[in-house]
Amino acid sequence: MSDIPQELKYTASHEWVRAEDDGTLTVGITEHAQGLLGDMVFVELPDVGDDFEAEQDCAVVESVKAASDIYCPIEGQIVAVNEELEDSPEQINVNAYHEGWIFRIQPVNDSHIDELMGPDEYAELVESESH
Amino acid sequence: MTNDTLKETPLIKAHQKMGAKLVDFGGWNMPIHYGSQIDEHHQVRNDAGMFDVCHMTIVDLRGCEVIAYLAKLLANDVAKIADKPGKALYSCMLNNSGGVIDDLIIYSMEPAWVRVIVNSSTREKDIAWMRTQIGTMAVDLNERDDLAMIAVQGPNARTLAAQALGDDIAGAYELKPFNALLINAGADNERFVARTGYTGEDGYEIVCANDQAETMWNQLADAGVKPCGLGARDTLRLEAGMNLYGNDMDENQSPLESGLSWTVDFSNEQRQFNGREALEKQKEQGLNYKFVGLILKGKGVLRAHQKVLLEVAVDGSKEGELTSGSFSPTMQQAIGFARVSLETGDTCLVEIRKKQLAAQVVKLPFVRQGKILVE
Repeated sequence: MSDIPQELKYTASHEWVRAEDDGTLTVGITEHAQGLLGDMVFVELPDVGDDFEAEQDCAVVESVKAASDIYCPIEGQIVAVNEELEDSPEQINVNAYHEGWIFRIQPVNDSHIDELMGPDEYAELVESESH
Repeated sequence: MTNDTLKETPLIKAHQKMGAKLVDFGGWNMPIHYGSQIDEHHQVRNDAGMFDVCHMTIVDLRGCEVIAYLAKLLANDVAKIADKPGKALYSCMLNNSGGVIDDLIIYSMEPAWVRVIVNSSTREKDIAWMRTQIGTMAVDLNERDDLAMIAVQGPNARTLAAQALGDDIAGAYELKPFNALLINAGADNERFVARTGYTGEDGYEIVCANDQAETMWNQLADAGVKPCGLGARDTLRLEAGMNLYGNDMDENQSPLESGLSWTVDFSNEQRQFNGREALEKQKEQGLNYKFVGLILKGKGVLRAHQKVLLEVAVDGSKEGELTSGSFSPTMQQAIGFARVSLETGDTCLVEIRKKQLAAQVVKLPFVRQGKILVE
């Protein structure tokens, strides 16, 4: 069973979302997603200041096997990106929930985060997709 | 598709025990990796790795007209190996319009016995075509579902296989490249060992009875040969400049525009192989594309179906396309194969997500026997 931290929110497209104290949201891909994609070799990050709508593609992670779009979980503006991934994309494989974070957004509306999946719901999704 | 409907090789339990990530690979439940595809790639380039290739199709052709049959069936000339027991030959099997039905390896075993190994995804159409091509010839076609195959590849593969398998593969070590040997013929531990592979490294492809495959796999593992998945197999063959059927060529592509001209043998003018007429016409009219290697200059990953453009557009020149692409673990750069316009020079542009990125055009292969061959 994949590691699904209780304190995070999740999307159906396998991003995780952490609400930070300053009101921003940190986003990455889940342990389950990195396992499916395999060894990461390239990450295309968004630009700080870019605005994205919910479910809009805003980054790309590429493993040896395949390219995968990363979707913005809720509407907002990019306030930081993990530039270390440009030289060390494998950080996503090593630690998807910490060093492997991809970008941080300032949401347009805080309440939108409640619409994301909780850990139990995401665990069910992962379970259903593996059958 | 649920796992219940996928075909399994005799090694499925061994894969599960070794922590394989299994995926649906053309209807087979096969290991894509056992942890890290990149580590497995390096394992084969630097030491020794093994692959479950039981899904591939082994066909035995027997009969006094086998050579005449293959002379017509294949674009490469079987005469090169006909009287050389054990010798292998790579060839395309073409349709009458010169398109590639499949690529395959044949091993000339005895005067009236040739073993053929074709791809797994093309099994049914290959067998059907091969059967219809027999016509009234004295050729018997036998699909060997009873046999399993393991590829052991890497600079230390032959030494470790000798240690691991002992008398079961006695004499294999002396095999020359692209030769095969039947060992312990007729006995329970019969082995067909070929010094061939799909990685650009030395090694063997070893065929045994289905019920002996797991034991052989475990013996190799105990000797230090690491299991490797189909993921690493793909990046290894890409670096080695080896075509993948369905990606780099298919029934709508000519071998002459797929980097396979070296496998089409026109030298014997009497030999009317399938597709010959079409290919000769093509040559006469002039080819439209050349098949090259590409190395992406900056960051990113090359993938099949990306568009390839000239740096400076030329009127009437054709747009090119990547047929295979990935990230090369050995070179630490994105590499690929492409069918490009004849005007393409030393560099070109590849369209990746609406951006045009510069790529270097090179001669294949990129890597052989652990060494990078391109600059």
